[in-house]
Amino acid sequence: MKSSPPTLTMAVAVVAIAALTSCGTSGDDEPAAGGPVTLSFLTGSDQSTVDTSKALADAFMKVNPDIKIEIENQPGGSEGDNVIKTRLSTGEMSDVFWYNSGSLLQALNPAQTMVDLTGDPVLADVQPDYLPVVSQGGRAFGVPATTLAGGGILYNRKVYERLGLRVPRTWDEFMANNEKIKAADITPVISTFKDTWTSQLFVLSDFYNVQAATPNFAADYTAGKAKFATTPAAIGGFQHLADVHARDFMNKGFGSAVLDQGLKMLIEGAGAHYPMLTTLLPAQLENYPQTATDVGFFGLPGADAAKHGATVWEPAALYIAKTTEHLDAAKKFLAFVASPAGTDAVTAAVRPSGPYRIKGSKLPEDALQVAKDLQVYIDQGATAPALEFLSPIKGPSLEQITVAVGSGLTPPAEGAAQYDQDVEKQAKQLGLTGW
Amino acid sequence: MTKHARPPTRNKSPYPYWLYLPAGAVFLLIFLVPTGLAFYFSLTRWTLFDSTFVGLDNFRDFLAEQNLRVGFQNTLFYAVVTSGLKVVLGLGLGVLLTGRMRLRGFLRAVVFFPVLVSTVAVGITFSALLRPDTGLVNKALAVVGVSGPDWLGDATTALLSVGLVDVWAGVGLATVIYIAGILSIPTDYYQAVAVDGGTAWHRFRHVTLPLSWPATYSVIILSLIGGLRSFEFVWTMTRGGPGFSSDVIASIIYKQYQAGFFGLSTAGNVLLFLIVTALVLPLNHFLGKRQVT
Amino acid sequence: MRSLKRAGAEGIALILATVVFLVPFSFMILTAVKDDVQSADLDFAWPANWPIVANFIEVIEARDHILLRAFVNSIILTVASVTLIVIAGAMAAFVLQRRPGRVGAVANFLVLTGLIVPPAVVPTIWLLQAIGLFKTLPGLVLVEVAFGLAYAMLLFRAFIAAIPRELDQAAMIDGCGGLSLFFRVIFPLLRPVTITVILTSSVKVFNDFVNPLYFLPGDDNATVQVTLYNFQSQYSTQWNLLFMDIVLITIPPLLAFVFFNRKIVAGMTAGSIKG
Repeated sequence: MKSSPPTLTMAVAVVAIAALTSCGTSGDDEPAAGGPVTLSFLTGSDQSTVDTSKALADAFMKVNPDIKIEIENQPGGSEGDNVIKTRLSTGEMSDVFWYNSGSLLQALNPAQTMVDLTGDPVLADVQPDYLPVVSQGGRAFGVPATTLAGGGILYNRKVYERLGLRVPRTWDEFMANNEKIKAADITPVISTFKDTWTSQLFVLSDFYNVQAATPNFAADYTAGKAKFATTPAAIGGFQHLADVHARDFMNKGFGSAVLDQGLKMLIEGAGAHYPMLTTLLPAQLENYPQTATDVGFFGLPGADAAKHGATVWEPAALYIAKTTEHLDAAKKFLAFVASPAGTDAVTAAVRPSGPYRIKGSKLPEDALQVAKDLQVYIDQGATAPALEFLSPIKGPSLEQITVAVGSGLTPPAEGAAQYDQDVEKQAKQLGLTGW
Repeated sequence: MTKHARPPTRNKSPYPYWLYLPAGAVFLLIFLVPTGLAFYFSLTRWTLFDSTFVGLDNFRDFLAEQNLRVGFQNTLFYAVVTSGLKVVLGLGLGVLLTGRMRLRGFLRAVVFFPVLVSTVAVGITFSALLRPDTGLVNKALAVVGVSGPDWLGDATTALLSVGLVDVWAGVGLATVIYIAGILSIPTDYYQAVAVDGGTAWHRFRHVTLPLSWPATYSVIILSLIGGLRSFEFVWTMTRGGPGFSSDVIASIIYKQYQAGFFGLSTAGNVLLFLIVTALVLPLNHFLGKRQVT
Repeated sequence: MRSLKRAGAEGIALILATVVFLVPFSFMILTAVKDDVQSADLDFAWPANWPIVANFIEVIEARDHILLRAFVNSIILTVASVTLIVIAGAMAAFVLQRRPGRVGAVANFLVLTGLIVPPAVVPTIWLLQAIGLFKTLPGLVLVEVAFGLAYAMLLFRAFIAAIPRELDQAAMIDGCGGLSLFFRVIFPLLRPVTITVILTSSVKVFNDFVNPLYFLPGDDNATVQVTLYNFQSQYSTQWNLLFMDIVLITIPPLLAFVFFNRKIVAGMTAGSIKG
């Protein structure tokens, strides 16, 4: 039973607003006349998102002087999610907006709220295997706005060099390295549980290993047949968290440390390993130029050295809201974003921390070390997308559960079971079949 | 107050209902109508884009929330500790800052200052002060030979630490209410006590305390409701963590909202409303009775 | 001897207040004047560089001087909302306290409801869209009034209860009707609590960021709290600029407090009630 009254009110109201609005973002000049058009573009507020958006808009305006792009920033994180949902559902979205790809996209109801780009020339340069993460029901809605990211262990190469360590290919080698690092009075594993989301990386970036051991996991998990607690490989991530805590490999005060501190520790060599995404590094270059060379990346090591690989995060995307009045201009902009010219503009502003998802875009010579490390995994075909790009379900409480497990408050098996319950709630709220 | 002392014009009350009109109209339109709509959505699975009627499922799911029991205990603890401290400290500071003190104006500004600072700023500042290694609090403790805990990162101290920060930030509000209460006491009463040769304690016990009852009532009700609903400080400083150890009901609700479970979080709000009402209504009745005297 | 003791007590109070309240404040100031790298440490270390002016200018100029516009918006919003809250709230609280009965009981319950129930964002947007006030300043003012009324009414009601009814009757005999009775007799007596309501409601509205975020989005309409997002995000925060912003947006309300604080003191002599 779909509710109609609010939708009706909304429709009436939108018309009324459109007629009344004086402070709207659009210039309201008739676009058909070929006159100047103003596109509103809602984007995030963290440094690299802002820089990337600005670089794209500026480069585009240079080529298309008759289109003006006004950037609007909004808070990041989940408050930002809710702003986007609210604006989409009340018909108040900007013409173009930046948002995650993968499972989070599904919650925006793209089929109802966004312009369908399937088969449109806009997507011509987008690598085809990217499209599923911006699609719902086989229809594609977005173009990649930034680079692919690696999720795994960021490590300080100087520390490795000084202690004569080798990049580990199994969990046991990793723990052996940690032992030596600790003996040298350096924090082996940086943990920043105050920023709860950072605690999830051991679990999320272990997915390559989960998939290597249980190839059907993503599909079975989505169907409600496979559980974290009952799949030995899937419990591994939780076990890793507990092991690192039990061996006392974490920094002092990990419970109240934040991301900024963690990155600083890593770059300065006060800590050797940080389970993290590579995308966080470009923003550090301004203050710590050595980030480009001193920080490396390897995939979260698993049980089997022969099956070593890395989990990757697909780039966020740009979408067009269905309520736009400047569809042609918006498509023109997205086509530019999804072209080598667009990625070149980004590269000039933000040094890439991973490869682009655009055909014909190459990593520049001065790409970050982590991007080069990640490229090696890609060239070997040893990558898997994170679970949130293969399944619409991601339990919202994972970050609290991983903090509890990583702080020794909850045993790993219990944490995995709690997460299964959390996932079940999510699936029910999404109205998926089989739950 | 006796009933027979009614004004002469009986048919026209001196207290006409239309004085309610401006407040009532805005409240009804902007608050009650949307709230009523929201309550309907607590019975649906609601994505903001569409909604499916699911009856009481959301209530069942919310009550089955894994950490709800901890959250409930934490909520009660937090509300009692913060509102209790705000009443006691607010009264003390109120008396102090209405006395004859040279630096009164300065101290009032100092005590009220935290109220002006945004929650976000308070959260960041205290997170820094309470850091286990470099934080000023633990450095000060180290001077006297005590090794302080990781206040916000340790499950045993997190909630209490947040509560104390809440008191720091909110006691200024209680204090200005008390200042208004004490300043509203007619000076004759103090003169009468002075004539009787009363001590400062006598004055406090028999004039200030009973006659600032409007302030006490307001502070108790406002800070208790505030404490039961509070989550801003919990959210900015611990996010209910580590793990779920400092979760309160409102932060559990907020997490559902963040996750996009709008029907479920609305159901949580309805439940929280019922709980708070059940606690506050009798208290309000009881305290209100005293007010009439 | 007594005065010595008094001075000692005052000294202790002063030191305690300084430590408890001003140490966190000095932390904010210190962080605001540090450079980007050092501010990220978030500690009490003495600033290595003093880019005070640079930080100040950067905060003011950020996003096309958004902060200045935000100040104007916030001040208009606060003054308009608080004026309505105080007048409408005091009037309603007066009838509520003086005239018990079924209507009063319902109103009482609604006041508590207003304090307890959190705002429902999306339905409120629908409503404002329906009456054409969404994304307008008057719309946001109404929202702030609706959410602030219950608080003001609770305070006013409690303090009106302390005003003897004999006063009403005396005024009635002098020929005062409902409205003039309230505004000419009762309202002046409420001066201390009125100033308290003005203070607390102003702080609430001025420091609100959730409502402006949803009901009046856009850079042109930004309010001061929303500007904090310029310097803060999930991934990277410019702490020095964030705190400079915090300090800058805290000073005007602090000045307003100092001003109103004098008025409270004045209320003691002018507004005391002769029972």
